[in-house]
Amino acid sequence: MMEFYGYHRPDGQVGARNHVAIIPSVVCANDVAQAIERQVQGCVGYYHHQGCCQLPPDLQRVTDTLIALGLSPNVGAVLIVSLGCEGTDHKRLYETIAASGKPVEQIYIQQLGGASRAIQAGIDRAQKLAIAISGYRREPADLSQITMAIKCGGSDTTSGMASNCVIGYIADKLVDLGASVVFGETTEFIGAEHILARRAVSEAVAGDIYRIVNEMETRAKSLGCDMREGQPTPGNIAGGLSSIEEKSLGAIVKSGTRPIQGVLGYTERMDGRKGLWIKDTPGREPEILTGMAATGAQFMMFSTGRGAPQGFPTMPVIKVCGNPHTYERMQHDMDLNAGRIITGEASIAEVGEEAFALLLEVLNGRMTKNEAIGYFGSIDIFTMGPVI
Amino acid sequence: MILALKVHDRDNVATLFADAVQAGSEVEVRDKEGRQDHLTVHADIPYGHKVALADIPKGAEIYKYGESIGAASVDIRRGDYVHVHNLESLRARGDLEGGSR
Repeated sequence: MMEFYGYHRPDGQVGARNHVAIIPSVVCANDVAQAIERQVQGCVGYYHHQGCCQLPPDLQRVTDTLIALGLSPNVGAVLIVSLGCEGTDHKRLYETIAASGKPVEQIYIQQLGGASRAIQAGIDRAQKLAIAISGYRREPADLSQITMAIKCGGSDTTSGMASNCVIGYIADKLVDLGASVVFGETTEFIGAEHILARRAVSEAVAGDIYRIVNEMETRAKSLGCDMREGQPTPGNIAGGLSSIEEKSLGAIVKSGTRPIQGVLGYTERMDGRKGLWIKDTPGREPEILTGMAATGAQFMMFSTGRGAPQGFPTMPVIKVCGNPHTYERMQHDMDLNAGRIITGEASIAEVGEEAFALLLEVLNGRMTKNEAIGYFGSIDIFTMGPVI
Repeated sequence: MILALKVHDRDNVATLFADAVQAGSEVEVRDKEGRQDHLTVHADIPYGHKVALADIPKGAEIYKYGESIGAASVDIRRGDYVHVHNLESLRARGDLEGGSR
């Protein structure tokens, strides 16, 4: 049995962090939420750009995503900042998070008499929450309580040959220890879906994999252009990746080799599911990191070659860099140098074990590079329909 | 010696992890078993980019990781630089199927 030290929540989940999350229920509340967050220690905010003037399925998606973020085990308490007239279901947002047993407060900017008064009231509430959870102590928990999210961003040809191999090594190891692993980036299954489908636990799951790839490819083709420059990105192409197929084949290496249990929708939580899962997400950082944090993942392993530096407010993100030149240039943003595999100085297993030791430390409280400098402000929620 | 890595036996390209590879450079290609092959590159190739290990006629598929990563858009010779100028993606090609634009 392998253990880490985490915060045991009333609903049975165990967190690796203990934040007060400030959740604006609509983009219009961001400035008030930000002023509160800046004033009160231990707070982080989710400054998304959704929540009003959208079609009902998207409004539900935004509400469900914000609920899932509030339910994250890394969140100790929640302050919801509402405007009062938004399209999201701000009441359900409060009630569902509060039902988990963690302390939740909610303020309404319009009721309180505008921005300055809401900021004052919000600071008072957040202060109370911050003090209330500040005395929580870390206790031992089995590693099977962990969900690891995985992602590659700013990829080049070293990603599929070094950093993604390291993450695949870790993914297999965590699945074998009884933990949960979730990966996404459906766009980057295009050209590699047949390999993933072979690893599905059933015909139905294989069918789900082909379905989400077909939906994403159809969406990409709908504007009648070649997807190149959008995916692979100009950075990917400068890094030597010539097609989405090549990018995808390198990208799926990070999921390891274990069977794929199923496909989760964007807002779905892990909710006790074990083993390796797919979440249907796009590849862009702000949207996928939000979707992955919404599963309840305590941390993310993030592979990069070009050097993607950003993290997420409540989910520590460990950067594994496959390109030795990038690692040299961006050491203050990269947590681990997998470029030593490319130069022949280390094996995948050696760097994999190093990554495993680092992730245990991060679960126990050690900050990642992006966490320490607060490089996690730009987040968003993946929506499907137009802004109307 | 400049090293290029071949991932899978079926691959007809290898990835170069060296700086300043110039036209005329001699390259050593290694696979997972450590087997070696030598070739001369016909163009300057940036770090992390690919070189053809065989002649690939226009329209034929290009393999890396043992899987198709697209097709040759022109005739490619062994030793040529392979990238977006001569490799065409076969997926998500809205331009070939027409779309709503």
